[in-house]
Amino acid sequence: MSNTPSTHDATGPVIKRPTRWHIVVFLLPAFIVYSAVMILPLVETLRLSLFNTVDGQSTFVGLGNFKVLFGDERWAHDFWNALKNNFIFFVIHMLVQNPMGVALAAMLSLPKLRFASFYRTAIFLPTLLSFVIVGFIWKLILSPIWGVSPFLLDVVGLKSLFSPWLGKPGSALIAVSLISVWQYVGIPMMLIYAALLNIPEEVIEAAECDGVTGWSQFWKIKLPLILPAIGIISILTFVGNFNAFDLIYTVQGALAGPDGSTDILGTLLYRTFFGFQLQLGDRSMGATIATVMFLIILAGVSLYLFVIQRRMRRYQF
Amino acid sequence: MSKARASLTRTSLVHLALISYAIISVFPVFLTLINSMKDRNAIFRNPMQLPSPKTFDLVGYYTVLGQGDFATYFQNSFIVTVASIALVLLFGAMAAFALSEYRFRGNTLMGLYLAIGIMIPIRLGTVAILQGMVATGLVNTLTALVLVYTAQGIPLAVFILSEFMRTVSDDLKNAGRIDGLSEYAIFFRLVLPLVRPAMATVAVFTMIPIWNDLWFPLILAPSEATKTVTLGSQIFIGQFVTNWNAVLAALSLAIFPVLVLYLVFSRQLIRGITSGAVK
Repeated sequence: MSNTPSTHDATGPVIKRPTRWHIVVFLLPAFIVYSAVMILPLVETLRLSLFNTVDGQSTFVGLGNFKVLFGDERWAHDFWNALKNNFIFFVIHMLVQNPMGVALAAMLSLPKLRFASFYRTAIFLPTLLSFVIVGFIWKLILSPIWGVSPFLLDVVGLKSLFSPWLGKPGSALIAVSLISVWQYVGIPMMLIYAALLNIPEEVIEAAECDGVTGWSQFWKIKLPLILPAIGIISILTFVGNFNAFDLIYTVQGALAGPDGSTDILGTLLYRTFFGFQLQLGDRSMGATIATVMFLIILAGVSLYLFVIQRRMRRYQF
Repeated sequence: MSKARASLTRTSLVHLALISYAIISVFPVFLTLINSMKDRNAIFRNPMQLPSPKTFDLVGYYTVLGQGDFATYFQNSFIVTVASIALVLLFGAMAAFALSEYRFRGNTLMGLYLAIGIMIPIRLGTVAILQGMVATGLVNTLTALVLVYTAQGIPLAVFILSEFMRTVSDDLKNAGRIDGLSEYAIFFRLVLPLVRPAMATVAVFTMIPIWNDLWFPLILAPSEATKTVTLGSQIFIGQFVTNWNAVLAALSLAIFPVLVLYLVFSRQLIRGITSGAVK
């Protein structure tokens, strides 16, 4: 927030000016709201993770909370379970959502494809719906009471495969992840589609002159050129997944059943700091979980910014 | 000849794949909408059938509109969304203008500071946000939600808008300065009207997560008077799990505004995404 006098812009003459208050006025509202509601609470949460209530008083415990979270039998099981589930949740998104988004975008960007805007509109629709709507619709469709899923599987002759996926500990996490993939495949599709449209004509024409067409054109020419966009969707997926909560809460409730098999860090954070049913809210442990999530996301974002993005730069035009 | 046939086969395969996925995307929504207008027996016996005069029944809608306080929920969501978007656009555009127009010490640092929020979700600070809202007495007010969503939206708004403001011609602004316009007048009267398309993009991107958010209404404003439509339908549907007519009708009512807005603005929204506003 410094506003020492300096030149106005590169072309202007060098004049010493008095304090330019308008800069302060322009920046201040955004700065205040952003700092007060976002940055300070974030810092305060990180700070709280180092404190806990001992004998009714808030006491500095160092990394004690983390030790409890990682090692104490009351917490460790839930925490490692949530972390593992969250990781599986992320891997399913990376393996299903992003390749599917790339494939859809590659098909949509074919030249002279008819109805392209219709397909785009339809496939992007679920992304706009709220988790509540998406969660309940799929809960109804996958429900064994309503015969829609068995009926549809019967049409393709796979009726025997049906089971109440959301209710079985073995399949619930995969089912919820796929619902989330269904909802969000539109975002990677759109970003990759934009990246594909931005590839210069000349590059494609040159490839065609050299006889590189069809599949090999996609793998050898287009894919390397859209790698930066794939990097962006990967990091967006990572941040979104390690911060997810709403869909699981809607489909499986705050306990993330059956038997905690869909519990991820977001639902664990909610139960821990806000309390649920018989469990009382615990602010310090909540802050500790939030800090762990923060560190995971920070590690992912740093890896992307400092390692992955730097290596990809050479592919850009 | 054979080459043409091969390409025809390829095009049909592409269409087949795209149509199948488009159906998968739209089918659940369609299924909900048609079944919300049928009677209970028809919902279970023939879920795939369109409502016929015989099975047509709006009993679900009567239940929902009679019991749930949906008008209030809609109003709350509307107030929160509109107020947050207005503040995000105003504050975001002002900050973006300061960052893109003036050179001052700390410019880059401020830009980076504001960019943290693009990647780090505001949700992680919830423990302290709740504490702060309790301390200031803002719990269970719409103001709390507006403040949180404004803070959440500012980083991306500043990022997108400052990219666009760099493209506004310097000559125009300097001509304004020579004519004696103040810096405020240059911002409000010259620059803002020129970046209106970018503002629309930012507005759409800000709106969707706010309208659909469940986390903050659940934690900061769960009282009956401040429920948003997302939280309201969550709780309402939870209560009616066995009344399928009501559940389907509530879902349809929640989908409807989004569906209409999307069909009206989809072109602009998709253009906003693909035009490189978000690179």
